[in-house]
Amino acid sequence: MRMPAIKLSAFWICAAVVVLVGIALTIFDVVAINKFIFFAGYVVLQYVVLATAWNIMGGYMGYVNFGTAGFFAVGAYASVVLYNLIEAPLGLMIPFSGVVCALLGLAMGYLTLRLRGVFFAIATLAMAIVLETMIINWDFVGGATGAYILRSREMAPFGDYIEFLFFVMLLLAIFAVAVARWLELSKAGRGFIAIRDDEIAAECAGVPTLRLKLVATTVSGFLMGVAGAPFALYVGFIEPSSAFNLVYAVNAIAMPMIGGATTWLGPLIGALLLGTVQQVATVTISSELNLLIVGVVLVFFVIVAPEGIVGLLKKWLGGRRDDR
Amino acid sequence: MTADALLDVRAVTKRFGGFTALDQISMEVRVGERFGLIGPNGSGKTTMINCISGTLANDGGEIVFKGVKLDGKKPHQRTRLGIARSFQIPKPFRSMTVLENLGIALEYASGSAPGEVHERGMAILETIGLADRAGANAGSLTQIDMRKLELARAMATQPELLISDEAMAGLSSTEVDDILDILFKLNEGGITIIMIEHIMRAVMRFSTRIVVLDAGRKIAEGNPDEIVNDPEVERAYLGE
Repeated sequence: MRMPAIKLSAFWICAAVVVLVGIALTIFDVVAINKFIFFAGYVVLQYVVLATAWNIMGGYMGYVNFGTAGFFAVGAYASVVLYNLIEAPLGLMIPFSGVVCALLGLAMGYLTLRLRGVFFAIATLAMAIVLETMIINWDFVGGATGAYILRSREMAPFGDYIEFLFFVMLLLAIFAVAVARWLELSKAGRGFIAIRDDEIAAECAGVPTLRLKLVATTVSGFLMGVAGAPFALYVGFIEPSSAFNLVYAVNAIAMPMIGGATTWLGPLIGALLLGTVQQVATVTISSELNLLIVGVVLVFFVIVAPEGIVGLLKKWLGGRRDDR
Repeated sequence: MTADALLDVRAVTKRFGGFTALDQISMEVRVGERFGLIGPNGSGKTTMINCISGTLANDGGEIVFKGVKLDGKKPHQRTRLGIARSFQIPKPFRSMTVLENLGIALEYASGSAPGEVHERGMAILETIGLADRAGANAGSLTQIDMRKLELARAMATQPELLISDEAMAGLSSTEVDDILDILFKLNEGGITIIMIEHIMRAVMRFSTRIVVLDAGRKIAEGNPDEIVNDPEVERAYLGE
């Protein structure tokens, strides 16, 4: 195994510390911070989930999914459906959205995984557009005009509902990263990398490539759906053009690229960094600047550090592997 | 089919559109044999290999391995049954080390636990003569080492039948001998080998039996001496 046991516990210690800090901030208000921090932090954490989910397919396996917004929106709308039907609580929405998107991922995988490279990317983009058209024409979830979801103001023991959502997204982010990391260190993860390096060689080395690709699309879809589940509650209002916004797809690709797409750490770093910069820029400069920042940073990284921040760090820390 | 047949290819046909790449080819590879498959460029050798390993599906006929019909089986299932192949143009897993390349095959094809990968992988690299490169990036290997890695990774699937697809193309004469030695050694270890090669010196020295393909048809079969003296083979290679 590549990771010694001590590192395994280090990961969980870090996760536990993050959860405790989250509890301290949202429940016990140990530091008085601007409520906006939670509002913005939610978005950043949501991107941690999306970027991590995207990376399972795009980073480990080399299949670039342009349909992140489609999965995210289906996750969000699955919650709306459940809310309209039975006024389900968030605790039910999240697994429901996850399962719906996992099935969507499985179906997409089955239909499109014969395609490679740019054709696969185009197919996923097309899928997002088809889904958006379907939602626009589905009156039950509000169609093109959108739908309101009423959320309670308070959510004891949390300060308010946004703090609660922030904490939920924090748990989801940890969950997503843990799943990605577990996959990466497992036999399946090594199979993913073999597929990325050479699919035919992988198949001939005994790797069941189709099955592994379906596992990846399913898990990736599940996590994207989970990220979208609380969206309607967070905004209070959902409509197709915001839920299916291409920004989600672009960010979900850019963040792992910037962080480093080959490890679970990459999308985490990329999402925290780029997500935060975007939120700060939204407030201080202009909300339209987001994509420009993404574009410039992405171009910079593609040229200067094609393996992302993680790759850069590895190089600085010795690059032992290359020299042997 | 004789009793000791490991691989039985029965009237296999493969078409690409209107072009018939393999036309009712039948051949039999026996247990422990060193089998040569030769023919001019475009004669269908690699297509044959792709049909046996499952990366292409044959349009007609059937292929039987150890009494099991291979039709409809995916390449990874055939690998697990005991058919391994190397690739003409090496296909290493470039982001991994040499040992990790073997690890994929060890874990997925021969069911090694992650803890056994190092020991078993190193044993194979030792046999192939690549042990000193175990930690090197697979993408950074020299041509000869990449060919060796192809063979080593194929060996890591614990095959009964190893198909070596032009493992020596483009290598120098000493390097060819190097690869030949390895293949002889593997054969002595009990592995049946199909060698596809353009380098006649190597095929003739290595093979106990040879099948010659030309334009998708089998034109000759026999031991090296018979093949060399076959007028049909001469015509295929040199023209009228």
